[in-house]
Amino acid sequence: MKAAAARTDRERWARDVLEPALARAPERDGPFTTISGRPIARLYTPEDLPGFDDARDLRDPGEFPYTRGIHPSGYRGKLWTMRQFAGFGTPEETNARYKALLAAGGTGLSVAFDLPTLMGRDPDHPLSLGEVGKCGVSVMSLADMERLFDGIPVGAITTSMTINSPAPMLFAMYLVVAEQQGADWRTLSGTIQNDILKEFIAQKEYIYPPRPSMRLITDIFAFCSKAAPRWNTVSVSGYHIREAGSTALQELAFTLRDGIEYVQYGVDAGLEVDDFAPRMSFFFNSHSDFFEEIAKFRAARTLWAHVMRDRFGARSERSWKLRFHTQTAGVSLTAQQPYNNVVRTAIQALAGVLGGTNSLHTNSLDEALALPTEAAATLALRTQQIIAHESGLADVVDPLGGSYFVERLTLDMEREAREYFDTIDAMGGMVEAIEQGFPQREVAEASYRFQQAFEKREKIMVGVNAYAQPDEPPFPILYIDDTAATTQLARLEGLKRRRDNDRVRRSLDALQTAARGRDNTMYALLDCARAYATVGEMCDALREVWGEYQEEAVI
Amino acid sequence: MAKIRVVIAKPGLDGHDRGAKVIARALRDAGMEVIYMGLRQTPEMIVAAALQEDADVIGLSILSGAHMHICPRVMQLLKEKGLDDVLVVIGGIIPDVDVPVLEAAGVKGIFLPGTPMQVIIDFIAGHVRTRTEQV
Repeated sequence: MKAAAARTDRERWARDVLEPALARAPERDGPFTTISGRPIARLYTPEDLPGFDDARDLRDPGEFPYTRGIHPSGYRGKLWTMRQFAGFGTPEETNARYKALLAAGGTGLSVAFDLPTLMGRDPDHPLSLGEVGKCGVSVMSLADMERLFDGIPVGAITTSMTINSPAPMLFAMYLVVAEQQGADWRTLSGTIQNDILKEFIAQKEYIYPPRPSMRLITDIFAFCSKAAPRWNTVSVSGYHIREAGSTALQELAFTLRDGIEYVQYGVDAGLEVDDFAPRMSFFFNSHSDFFEEIAKFRAARTLWAHVMRDRFGARSERSWKLRFHTQTAGVSLTAQQPYNNVVRTAIQALAGVLGGTNSLHTNSLDEALALPTEAAATLALRTQQIIAHESGLADVVDPLGGSYFVERLTLDMEREAREYFDTIDAMGGMVEAIEQGFPQREVAEASYRFQQAFEKREKIMVGVNAYAQPDEPPFPILYIDDTAATTQLARLEGLKRRRDNDRVRRSLDALQTAARGRDNTMYALLDCARAYATVGEMCDALREVWGEYQEEAVI
Repeated sequence: MAKIRVVIAKPGLDGHDRGAKVIARALRDAGMEVIYMGLRQTPEMIVAAALQEDADVIGLSILSGAHMHICPRVMQLLKEKGLDDVLVVIGGIIPDVDVPVLEAAGVKGIFLPGTPMQVIIDFIAGHVRTRTEQV
């Protein structure tokens, strides 16, 4: 009855109020779609949520399925962790930046490694030409890890390391540094990204084929559940999938389906789901389309809780709770009129906070031009601090809960993500889907569709395809020269002269034996790290056993 | 008229291939013959492909900061193989101070983030060697 009356009233509104208004002032041309191409209605009302029951469909925060957040009191207890990704040049240069970030009120570190490190190549490899220390810090052995954390007590902070294929090698080095500093592995806290599936889908920093890569990850699950129980073993990442051009829905669906794949491989390796699932975390992009992003975060929590309880039979609430890091969208930043990027980043950060992120990185205004200057990185951190302390957002839990629009979007994204899960399940799983090129093709299509919409000016980027400003003044950037490469090459030579090379050889042989058999590779890698074997040597030892992945280049 | 033949490659270790793939598709949709080499191509591999494919254009996508090493090496190898007339264009994150150096090395088109595809298509069509000159 109430619903019928509301419908009649809305019909009256459309006839008597809306239509005359449209006759006087027609709407803009549109299309009214999100940045991902999702059509958006003019107005959302209770009729968009038929049968929606607050008590059943929108449980309180801290309760399954956590749509409104994993903490009952939201950010009133603890604010999100302000974790700024940083790294460039030599370990000493990055160490100084970390100390500055901690002094400025940053509450966690996040290591950006350079491409040779990310790809498991030493600085003297031909493909490392021009890349050493450019996109991140060069860490080629334990000696560099010691320099990176010199004077920073790893037991007292949390460190996130963006490292994937060589994640076990770099993690082993970090554990040895913790050991040297006298920190207890059992209380050591931090994250390794360690998400190889999204590398095959999007960022393409893979070394080994999918199956041995998954073995390394399940080895880490098993190792950490015993030796480092507070370490986050994987950060299942949608960030890079989105940056590669996916839609918000694809980011959500592929990321959670990657998460399902990791849990399945862990279970298949004989692990108890509640022993390792609570240490899995997630990493999402926050793009500019405000409400769609918020809905994505809410849908992610809801979906994961159901997947863990219903699909895997997890009994621990800690397994059900999706914890995630957010980074604002690098791809939305423009080289033109760089100051505009401060505004974009602030809007995206707001969406992350309204979506209930557990930690946040805000991009710097100059990142479409170069790695950020220290001033730009500080402003990015200040953006978060202003949201936290001045906007009032951190004082109330899930303020958009119950919004007809946001709840409709959340439900739609949940349903559509499940459809993607079904498609991928039917292929046999995410590893199989990747082998068939399915997610890669979906992302490439979406990226091309956006580019066409941008070219047709259906989607506007301010300062680029609208409001462009000829003769922009030059903008000061951080220029990274080749001195880091020179330093690191000299160090590599010195290291190989000074260390016990027989011990290195023995530790690498033991690593290969573990890889060929079933022993957990983490223990062998810890010995390699202690012997000062380089990242390139450890990765090469496994290349000899497993070979390298070659992707079929398709456009 | 013969189609313009373009080799698109990503040199270096960086795997961010969104830009390379989008431009490869846009050039193909604009009627060019695109040979997409994919990731982690060395200058030697790129120049060998240009020779083998009889390419008119080489397009390189570089976001990692390695362009000052890679581009001059590609230009030098092209010269050694007698392929000086191949049009070389690059796209990516290229600091302003590097632009004149790259241009002096013979890179003809340098396209920064946000460049519309049509600008790149028109640039290639306007600067590529014509087939009659090749005879």
